[in-house]
Amino acid sequence: MKISVNVNGCTRESDVEARTLLVNYLRDELGLTGTKIGCDTSQCGACTVHMDGKALKSCTCLAVQADGCDVTTIEGLAQNGDLHPMQQSFWDNHGLQCGFCTPGMIMATTALLTDNPNPDEDEIRHGLEGNLCRCTGYHNIVKAVAAVAQAGGD
Amino acid sequence: MWPAEFDYARPSSVAEALQLLADNEDAKLLAGGHSLLPAMKLRLNEAPLLIDISRIEGLGSISNNGSLTIGALCTHADIAASADVQASCNALATATGMVGDQQVRNWGTLGGNVAHADPASDPPTVLVAFNANINIEGASGSRSVAASDFFMDLFTVDLEPGEIITSIEIPAHAHDGSAYVKMPHPASRYAVVGICVVLQRDGGRCSGAHVAVGGATVRAMRSPGAEAALRGSALDDAALDAAAAALKEDIANDLIGDMSFPEAYRQEMAGVYLKRAVRAAGG
Repeated sequence: MKISVNVNGCTRESDVEARTLLVNYLRDELGLTGTKIGCDTSQCGACTVHMDGKALKSCTCLAVQADGCDVTTIEGLAQNGDLHPMQQSFWDNHGLQCGFCTPGMIMATTALLTDNPNPDEDEIRHGLEGNLCRCTGYHNIVKAVAAVAQAGGD
Repeated sequence: MWPAEFDYARPSSVAEALQLLADNEDAKLLAGGHSLLPAMKLRLNEAPLLIDISRIEGLGSISNNGSLTIGALCTHADIAASADVQASCNALATATGMVGDQQVRNWGTLGGNVAHADPASDPPTVLVAFNANINIEGASGSRSVAASDFFMDLFTVDLEPGEIITSIEIPAHAHDGSAYVKMPHPASRYAVVGICVVLQRDGGRCSGAHVAVGGATVRAMRSPGAEAALRGSALDDAALDAAAAALKEDIANDLIGDMSFPEAYRQEMAGVYLKRAVRAAGG
């Protein structure tokens, strides 16, 4: 099936099998391998991207469902070489260990702050229910998100 | 994991979707896909054709004209954030806000949720407690089914091949408090037990109560015994003990269990969470 998806601000035209998952389309067709496949069962959140501004587990969406939509991946956050404030905050607060869950964490937490710009710690932890860190490094992830919220920018 | 091969169609109207269903035996509807796609990836389900109804206009809005009508394509996040839902059926806002996680709530739809009828899901319990109706379109016209009849058994609902859920309607029901509380599975957050209570008060007394249970049972279901025990009571500890005992008796033949949470445990917890739900509803 022919699809046209606006990925990170560029229109991409592709011909995909209907059963192609959005995450496979992003990684294999477009080469955007920042989006990870962790569990493949809609649980771990490593594949989180934004579709039309809302966080989505891209392993639980068909590429054909993204036809005509705007998709943002981790590669689309930095602007002109400057890290997104959330990326910078993960760096500053050591919000990662092995780094595998990080792209999904950052996509989920940027969406979280869009919905709720001033979350308390409970709300941050609740908002991260859909993202698993196998290193169990949650504490600094929560600190990183809180720091961005306090700075008032996402 | 890739699902098995299928064809894909994206109709723009309910009529077009019904025609596709009529012309393609075993075709399945795709909306949010958050129940169907995981099952297809695990090869627990397959279909020769997926009919993507997610872009059909008119099925994604919430309106309140006395009764609350929620389009089948409304997502859990839409419903949890709706001022109309919070005002007239706050327990449903609570329950939809507890489904899965942020990402799942953004894309999973209420229509898909009720069609899937996972016994451990949260919204069906609230819909049963509030006497919701499931509005359905089919080749031979439309019909409406009470939620308590719609949920028939594990993953089994009163929906014929060729039919589409278009909306869920919650009749106006004057009440003084409602609550949905659940014991979440520690890993999956699915309901091990979920209880919805809707209370009417007359001074210090309970003049009416609806009690529904899910998670512990094969389907979301009312508990007439618990409702009778609460009705007319002062909602004191003795009344809550009686209601919990009646609830446990009402669900005795419909329990589900697994290695982590056996039937007897869920039955006991249903009583505990009933009491919490009554208190959370202001009783």
